Amino acid sequence: MNPAPLRLPGPTEIGDALRRRLQELAFRLGGDRLRERLAALRVHTNEFGQDPFGMDLDYVTTALGPLLWLYQQYFRVQVRGIEKVPPGRCLLVSNHSGQLPLDGAMIAVAMLMYAEPPRAVRSMVERWVPTLPFVSTFFARAGQVVGTPENCIRLLESEECILVFPEGTRGLNKVFARRYQLAEFGQGFMRLALATSSPVVPVAVIGAEEQAPALVNLEPIARLLRMPALPITPTILPIPLPSRYTIYFGEPMRFEGHPNDEDRLIEEKVQAVRSTIQSMVKVGLEERKSIFF
Amino acid sequence: MNADRPAIAVTGICGNLGRVLAKLLHKEGQPIVGIDRRLFPGKPKDIEFHQVDIRKRKAEEVFRKRNIGALIHMGIMHDPRMSAEEHHQFNVLGTAKALEYCARYGVKKLVVLSSANVYGPHPANPNFLTEDAPLMASARFGDIRDLVEVDILAQSFLWKHPEVETVILRPVHIVGPTIQNAPSRYLRLRRPWVLMGFDPMVQLIHVEDACRAMIEALRPGLRGVFNVVGPGEVSLSAIFKELGVQPVPIPHVVARPLLDQLFKMRLSNFPPGELDHIQFQGTVDGSRFLKATGFRPKYDLRETIWAALR
Repeated sequence: MNPAPLRLPGPTEIGDALRRRLQELAFRLGGDRLRERLAALRVHTNEFGQDPFGMDLDYVTTALGPLLWLYQQYFRVQVRGIEKVPPGRCLLVSNHSGQLPLDGAMIAVAMLMYAEPPRAVRSMVERWVPTLPFVSTFFARAGQVVGTPENCIRLLESEECILVFPEGTRGLNKVFARRYQLAEFGQGFMRLALATSSPVVPVAVIGAEEQAPALVNLEPIARLLRMPALPITPTILPIPLPSRYTIYFGEPMRFEGHPNDEDRLIEEKVQAVRSTIQSMVKVGLEERKSIFF
Repeated sequence: MNADRPAIAVTGICGNLGRVLAKLLHKEGQPIVGIDRRLFPGKPKDIEFHQVDIRKRKAEEVFRKRNIGALIHMGIMHDPRMSAEEHHQFNVLGTAKALEYCARYGVKKLVVLSSANVYGPHPANPNFLTEDAPLMASARFGDIRDLVEVDILAQSFLWKHPEVETVILRPVHIVGPTIQNAPSRYLRLRRPWVLMGFDPMVQLIHVEDACRAMIEALRPGLRGVFNVVGPGEVSLSAIFKELGVQPVPIPHVVARPLLDQLFKMRLSNFPPGELDHIQFQGTVDGSRFLKATGFRPKYDLRETIWAALR
């Protein structure tokens, strides 16, 4: 008898096995609730399970494995006021912090698991993301979209829920001394809200700042390496600390005006959103009993 | 054949795409006048054919003598091996001449076959480019600037000559069993390259659907620039999975210089500029054409993917 030839698994086999394991993890953590919620998602897919923007629910479920674990066990996320999110088109506008964009992922998990009806949040990623191998594919299959105004308007007009961080990397990579102080907001989101008459839902995330307190941001070196930022955190490696997250959803804000109004008029409305989020952050910090426990 | 009944002139009728179009038009019983500088083997008897270069006086003679009601202009060359100058001369000057004949001899309808490639794949593209998006293709892939110029020539003709109903069609990648363009050849490869970690959404249209769209564009009253899409968007990896093909992932930093060398050494017929199509997004919004004509592709996504091979 010949012994079975030694056969190494190929990359696709390893990939398939990993995908199965992560999906099992997702369903172990999410249970029947996750199954029901995924079934209730309103997604138009082709024969291959992909929507026109490249989102793949199979892929989303795979990503949900580790994200649900982070949500439930690691950051132990609490959610307040998610019932205020209106059905149909809306812009979730949130503060941004923590060096890694996990705040966005946690908001997305909350919206999928606890919003009524369940929502697949699309967030707007930076325009250079499509130039990155693997990251570009991962983001696209998980439902993230390049942040062009055209994409945003198209999604809002098809009644989708969009997550934006008007602080951008200014907020994400700020140093620890400036924690919970909102950086300058861009105006783009407000023009899009006006163009599509979408309500703006202010969101405050408490806890993400402490996951990776950056002592300094080595900007000159970052520029040299063509990275958006180079924060130095206690863990050095990009591993977040297990801080406790709370996500606050505020009352939807509706604005009227022309999307091409001059900057001054738009800025007033942007500041209204920014100060609402800043005061929600303040309340959240007062309510917080412990950072890590 | 009644010479007074206005005929449909077709440039580039001898190409693989042209012959599919000729067959469909012929089936509808339309009188056809073919113009091409190549031979037309297997030409049906009742298709009138003139083997002339569109830039030559003899081609003008066809327009002068014959009652031509519409021109479908697809006499545009896509041969990566032909010199850039020859390409430019034929495509741009040929188009300029064709437009001139339309204006001079009272052709009522003009359909110009451009391509959705004129926008060019780019990382910062929106997922659905509309007809108003700038034509950026030659910014990264200089060799195809003649195709952009053809489109722009046709656009300015559309504005300058309101008496001619001009339709510019920009279909997505046309695939079909006889088609020899880059996307069809790529899908036929046994071990196609893909760029490691990149998996853009792509749009394909079956060659028959592309031809049906051109015929649809002949309808009276239709005028303007239109993207033409097939049965939807699909990722490159899903296409290869459907075809049962195992692609070879190559890091993009290696692929470009490598393909550049291979192309120069004539070991590959894909110019390196084509790599952008398998790295970045260049998909378009086809809703304007759908709204104007109600045109829908006959072939679904699976059939269209397989069409390149069968």
